[in-house]
Amino acid sequence: MESFAPLIAASINAGTPLLLAALGLLINEKSGVVNLGAEGMMLMAAVIGFAITIHTGSVPLGFVAGALAGALLAGFFALMTVWLGANQYATGLALSLFGAGASAYIGISYVGQSLSNTRSAVPLLGDIPFLGAALFRQHPMVYLSMALCGAIIWFLYRTRAGLILRAVGESPASAHALGYNVRRIRLSALLFGGACCGLAGAFLSLVYTPLWVEGMVAGRGWIALALTTFATWRPARVLSGAYLFGGVTILTFHLQGLGVPIASQLLSMLPYLATIVVLVLISRNANWIRLNMPASLGKNFNPNQ
Amino acid sequence: MFKNVVRGAVSAAALLSVSAFAAEPLGVGFVYVSPIGDAGWTTQHDIGRKEMEKNLGAKVKTKFVENVPEGADAERVISDLAQQGNKLIITTSFGYMNPTLKVAKQYPDVKFIHLTGYKTAANVGIANARFYEARYLAGVLAAKMSTTHVAGYVAAFPIPEVLQGINAFTRGMRSIDPKAEVKVIWVNSWFDPGKERDATLTLIGQGADVVTNHTDSTAVMQAAEEKGKYAVAYHSDMKKFGPRAQLGAVTHHWGAYYTQQAQAVIDGKWKPTSVWGGIKDGMVKFENISAAVPADVKLLVATKEKEIVAGTLTPFAGPVKDNEGKVRLEKGPMSDDALSKMDYYVEGVAGKLPAK
Repeated sequence: MESFAPLIAASINAGTPLLLAALGLLINEKSGVVNLGAEGMMLMAAVIGFAITIHTGSVPLGFVAGALAGALLAGFFALMTVWLGANQYATGLALSLFGAGASAYIGISYVGQSLSNTRSAVPLLGDIPFLGAALFRQHPMVYLSMALCGAIIWFLYRTRAGLILRAVGESPASAHALGYNVRRIRLSALLFGGACCGLAGAFLSLVYTPLWVEGMVAGRGWIALALTTFATWRPARVLSGAYLFGGVTILTFHLQGLGVPIASQLLSMLPYLATIVVLVLISRNANWIRLNMPASLGKNFNPNQ
Repeated sequence: MFKNVVRGAVSAAALLSVSAFAAEPLGVGFVYVSPIGDAGWTTQHDIGRKEMEKNLGAKVKTKFVENVPEGADAERVISDLAQQGNKLIITTSFGYMNPTLKVAKQYPDVKFIHLTGYKTAANVGIANARFYEARYLAGVLAAKMSTTHVAGYVAAFPIPEVLQGINAFTRGMRSIDPKAEVKVIWVNSWFDPGKERDATLTLIGQGADVVTNHTDSTAVMQAAEEKGKYAVAYHSDMKKFGPRAQLGAVTHHWGAYYTQQAQAVIDGKWKPTSVWGGIKDGMVKFENISAAVPADVKLLVATKEKEIVAGTLTPFAGPVKDNEGKVRLEKGPMSDDALSKMDYYVEGVAGKLPAK
């Protein structure tokens, strides 16, 4: 039990950047837009959040700056795809490459600087035996990301705005005919998604590994993209999937340290493998697709045609 | 009219000065696999490049291209460097081996040096360093400083070079403390600070009070600092990331080798050589030993270092047993061939190699 609590804590911590980014991407995709630029947005947010925290000494400000950086890039992406009709996949890939290069350039002078420990425990609850160590000694952003997941569930399935967002993702033409401004709704969804990816990137450079080095997101943007599909566009499944992916990594490390022979290479590819399996499964079941996958995903919509 | 005369004079002067200098210095091109950065593999090569520039002064003119992916892009960069008139080209990653050989064929009058490879040609020499010698010393020091008898090792991929390091470190530790155990975690990435950090925290959680790594970021050092444990730096001195944690640093030094190779080209005496240099050759060092290390321990490490330089101590002198009890070498020092094919854990390393 004693060694189990830190294992859970570490899994939740490792899953948090995935959760934040995947929740944002889920909202994007619910509006019918795929943004493959997650990795790039996370990298930009990681470097900008880190820079702001170094200069101001404030971690919350770093998170705000990271979210803004993510949203700014997402706004650019929205301009390209929603207004100018550029291909979503190509634009997203370009955004990823741009983010990787630009963040490296911006970050040159921050390489090698480090922040002091930015984690903190929840008072009182953190002292509860076992549960305290497992659940209540995390950075506030970890709890915020859980709350965000709850808020998104409520928003998507309990509010009128959520219904409209889903309608736009299912059939932008019908939503347009009903008088909704598809472009503006997609823009808001993309800005929200960018801000979430920004928070995820800032979490990496401010909390997870309090440092900036080029390319430090190390593929987590792609895992988050896979995660939205793995979770079949359900926020609660995104949450469990994120902790599962985080947990698998931590568990591999733990078992290796204990000398259990496992092919760690196999586990590294598990997130992607699981996603392929889910994709195969849902494409065999028409109901699953109809219920969950936004029907107009990846398709641009031009209200003037 | 006057303007034209001035313009003519200026361009003539420029031409003269260019030809006067361009004929003189030896152009040396470097191809780096990652950005130069602050503390990694490429950092040390760039320090080597600068050292060569300092040693040879106006006799050389260097140029480098960083962040070059291994494979087809590398070939283009290498032949660009050759086309630009560099007469010595140094490629500093394993994956550049075949591109280097291919370009070398097209430019027979250009000399090439490939780092960490194994194929040579008439105009291609190779070099690598015996990092494991310094790892052995790090193990000796770790054994002296550990109170739990457990060390943690964060490793990238199970290739011979990484295994040499793990095994030498373990043998170093075991030479002092027969109870010592080394736990290894493979992160399957040369560079993923997040994973490196989590692996370090896991190892510390499982009782390791000294950690080291064969990956590229500084995350291991930082995590050790945060947890109040010791760490051995790799590639470069990482004191600034772990002022209390860093016990010492296993570092690479290419400057002297690069200087000697460039000088040989200038003198027209260059021949393709295959160099695998160790502490004796100055290519590897165990340095920046912490002030917290007691004087007698420092002396012990220094003594072992002298023995390695003298050749009386080699990290893999028989008997070498693997961690399943099989004897891999009866006696005598291990051959370079056996070293370069190492695919097992020595006695003292916990667990089994993945996929074995």
